[in-house]
Formats: sequence, structure tokens, C-alpha cells
Amino acid sequence: MSTELFFKPVTELAGLLEAKTVSAVELTKAVIARTKAVDARVKAFNSYDEADALAQAEASDTRRAAGQARGLLDGIPVGFKDVISVAGQPLTASSRMLANFVSPYDATVTRKLKDAGAISWGRLNLDEFAMGSSTENSAFQATCNPWDLSRVPGGSSGGSAAALAAGEAIATLGSDTGGSIRQPAALCGVVGLKPTYGLVSRYGLIAFASSLDQIGPFARTVDDAALLLEAIAGHDPLDSTSVNRPVPRYSEEMHRIRREKKVFRLGIPKEYFGEGLDPEVGAAVEKAIGFYKSQGCEIREVSLPHTEYGVGVYYIIATAECSSNLARYDGIRYGHRSKEAKDVVDLYFKSRAEGFGAEVKRRIILGTYVLSSGYYDAFYLRAQKVRTLIRQDFLNAYKDVDAILTPTSPTPAFRAGDKSDPLAMYLCDVYTIGVNLAGLPGISVPCGFSSGGLPIGLQLIGQPFKEAELLAIADLYEGGHDWQRRHPKL
Amino acid sequence: MPAPAELNIDHVAKLARLALTPGEKAQFSQQLGDVLHHIEQLSKVDVSGVEPTAHAFPIYNVWADDVAQPALPVEVALRNAPAQRDNMIVVPKVVE
Repeated sequence: MSTELFFKPVTELAGLLEAKTVSAVELTKAVIARTKAVDARVKAFNSYDEADALAQAEASDTRRAAGQARGLLDGIPVGFKDVISVAGQPLTASSRMLANFVSPYDATVTRKLKDAGAISWGRLNLDEFAMGSSTENSAFQATCNPWDLSRVPGGSSGGSAAALAAGEAIATLGSDTGGSIRQPAALCGVVGLKPTYGLVSRYGLIAFASSLDQIGPFARTVDDAALLLEAIAGHDPLDSTSVNRPVPRYSEEMHRIRREKKVFRLGIPKEYFGEGLDPEVGAAVEKAIGFYKSQGCEIREVSLPHTEYGVGVYYIIATAECSSNLARYDGIRYGHRSKEAKDVVDLYFKSRAEGFGAEVKRRIILGTYVLSSGYYDAFYLRAQKVRTLIRQDFLNAYKDVDAILTPTSPTPAFRAGDKSDPLAMYLCDVYTIGVNLAGLPGISVPCGFSSGGLPIGLQLIGQPFKEAELLAIADLYEGGHDWQRRHPKL
Repeated sequence: MPAPAELNIDHVAKLARLALTPGEKAQFSQQLGDVLHHIEQLSKVDVSGVEPTAHAFPIYNVWADDVAQPALPVEVALRNAPAQRDNMIVVPKVVE
């Protein structure tokens, strides 16, 4: 049986669109029909605009008929995490605070994808303001893992991962502050890429922790992730942290590196294989290491000695930045405004109390505390110094290796409701957090299934701005396996 | 590093302009106590002579030419305002 359209990768669909075997309207209709058939169970979408998507698809077909197709992404439906602005569409961050907010403008990534001809398709659920690792912290709905609906899809970009795994989009965008792309990609059995900090503009992304946040793609294959990345990467004057350097054609560059360089040096950090790692995840990752060896790659043990401090550093820095970023939600200019307030200061207190959910409040409190007078040096400044050490650990390791190989998540998808204790939830991010603190690129690729049929992810961590090499290493693994051809039965 | 017990939730909630219920205060105090206990292990790290990292890559001030650019029309900018009148946002009285 041939694969349904909605499970095909971009690279294959682009050929079908080019050959006019399939139109963008047919493809979009297939994705819409699939979404309607499964999303009542998966609950990946916060909202979608069918008429708008079909209008974009018609425009794509018209361009193509006139010989003006814009490239491989023209006519491909791409879903957006509901923290990325799409002009004229709702933007909620899965928060009551923004329940009625409509984006006044496009995020830079949205504009770039539209310019490439991609069809913006729906807004995908997340943990409120991207704070969480299970997509249970949404004010609207908890997204389910398509491989087992009683389990979480991971988070915070759980909607983006689940929608792709379930065939409700051809590719999606998420954001990653401490693992929010890679961990849900691992738990849902898709590819997820967090680019180097500064490679992709954050303009139009709702801010959580500005020194850590990066937008990146979810895709069915490494090749598709490369295509998405080259569409969204690049300098943007509207984001002052955006880095001004040329953007390679990642897909071509990745294939060139594959052809020219067969022997990659991969580092295995012993700190990532200790206590808390699920044996089945450990075994799948060991098998992946064996595969790379069989391909002639050099495997070296490396040490990232400050790994154990990552979660502590992260929950100081990320909450400090979030307490500052979320101060803008005061009930005045936009967002929820309390009807109970007696004066303007009371309006701040009550609007924020009514608009934010528990996890967001917890993090605002923690972030305010670590920045408060008398505690700043002990917490925030010390965390920034340990951040330096964590970054140096990685840079030291890269003297001997091209990339670092680890599990993405210590366990496969856990059951909804299983991690009600915030600290237990925070520790889910132990393998992904270091990448954000050090500003590095990281990718999760499917590397097997647990005995219970749950996907397992392999994380590869690259050197700053060397996404093409990182993708090549991931592509080498993917080329020797067919995990990506399995799909959940829904 | 200060003991977790020092998190005075009433004071911090006031700094954060966040009204918390008694139930939230009790729950957050306990949960954040656990998190702070975990964070305490950072005090074991020798950070003498280590520079703090605010951003993973050095970033510098960015200057833009002082030229007016097209911006959002007022009605679009105000579309999400909870209350508006005459192209302005309506707020509760600030001065008695």
C-alpha cells in the first residue's frame, strides 16, 4: 500500500507537486481531512482556518500553473506552534491571558515561509507560554501522544510534534528553550531541530527566556528539516540577537558533506548515561552508536563535567528571564483584563492572577525571587557563571569531536498525569538543557521503539553554526534505518 | 547560598504584581522549596574567576538608521486592547 499523502515527506511531495500529479489544493484537502478525522483524539490544534489554508493552496497552484513556483516548499502545509505570529490569526500561547489575541503582524519565520510558498496551517498547542515538558499545562486542552493516547507528546511544543506524527501537517515549527523541540520530537517519533542561538529570528515569537529561545522545525526526515531550516534561517534587523552571517543551502550542503566526508568523530558524554536513564532508551542509543561505528565513524568518550548543574542553572536563568518578559502582561494594552479591579495597581495583580495558569505563576515567582534584592548574586549571577562552565565543557569536547551523541529524553513518553511534581517534570529536560545554555544546535532523530511501541529519540549536538554537518551526521543515521516510515495507527 | 525557607512568598508575589490565593501560596512555597533545594547544589561549584554568560554568543549593541519606517496603523495596534476610545487605551483612573 502506498503511503497516504499526509504521511509523505516534503522532498517527495515537492516532486508530486512539480509533476502536477498532485495539486496544492488536493494536498491541503488531504491534510485538512486527516486533521478532522484524528484531532478530536490527538488535540494538537488550538485553532485552524480551513478557508484561509485552501486560499493559500489555490494561490500556490496558480503560481505553479504560471511557471512561477517558488521552490520545494511551495504548496506544503506547515503548522505553527501557537507562540509564532501569523497575521490575522489567533495567537494564544495556550494561555487564558491571550485567549482572544489576534496577531497584528507576521513573525519573520512566518513571512519567510510564506515567501517560500508554504501554506500556513493552524496553530498548535503547547504548555502555557512554552513552560513545561508534556503539553498538559495548556489552558485549553492536553495534547495526546499519537502512538498511545494515554501518554503525553512531550513539550512544550507537544502540539507541533503530535500533529506531524499524526499526519495533520507535512512539517511544523516549534520553539526550544530547554528542549521544547527535541524532547517532543523524540517522544512522538519525528525529527526535531533546535538551531544555534541567533541563526533564526525570534521576531514575532512570544518571548519566554530570550537568551535561550530559538525557533526550529519538526519534520519527517532530516532532509525535510534541512529544507525548513534554510527557509527560516538568516539575519533579521528586527531581532537584535540575530546573527549576521551567510546562510548555506543546508540541504545541498548536507549532501555535499555526506559525499565528501564519511568519517565523523562522535563524542559520547558519560554523564548522559547514568542514573535515571531508561534501559530501553539506553539500549537504543547504544545500537545507534554501534551503527555509526559500523559506518567507520570514530567514537570517543568525552566529559561534560558540569552536566548535573544544568537543570539548576536553567531554572534560575529561564525563570529570571520569564519573570521579566511576562511583566508585559498587565491587563492594560492587550491580553486579559480583570473586571474585578478597584484601581490600576489592583488591575495588574488581578489580571495576572486570572490570566496565568499555575506553572506560569510558579516560574514568575521563582524568577522574581532569584532576581530580588539580596539574592541576585547568590542565584542569578552564580547561575550565569556556571552557564559559562557548561558552555566551556562543550567547547572543550569539540576539540576532539565533530558532534556529541546522547539520548534526547531519559524515558519514552510518560502517562498523562504522571509527573504532577514540578521538579520531576523539570528533570525531564536534563539531556536537552545544556544545548540551550551553551547556544548550540541540537537535533533529535527517531532511533527505535520501546517494547511498548513508544518512539525513542537520539540527540546529536553540533558545533555553533555547523548545522550542515550536524544534519549530515543525522542523515547518515537515518539513511541506515527506516523508523521514519512507521506511523501511529489512529 | 540562602536557605530555601527564605522565600517570602508574600513579598515576592507583591514584587511580581501577582495576586495569589492562600492555597497557591502554600502549594508554591512547598514546590519551590523542593526546586530551590535542587538548585542549592550550584553552591558546590567553584566559580572564582569565572565570567558570567548572559548570552551564549557575544552580542553587541545594534544600531539602526534613524529613518521612519512604515508601522502598524493605530486601529491595528489597538485591536487587542481590552478597552479603547478615540484611538487611545482606556485604563482605570491613575491619579485621584
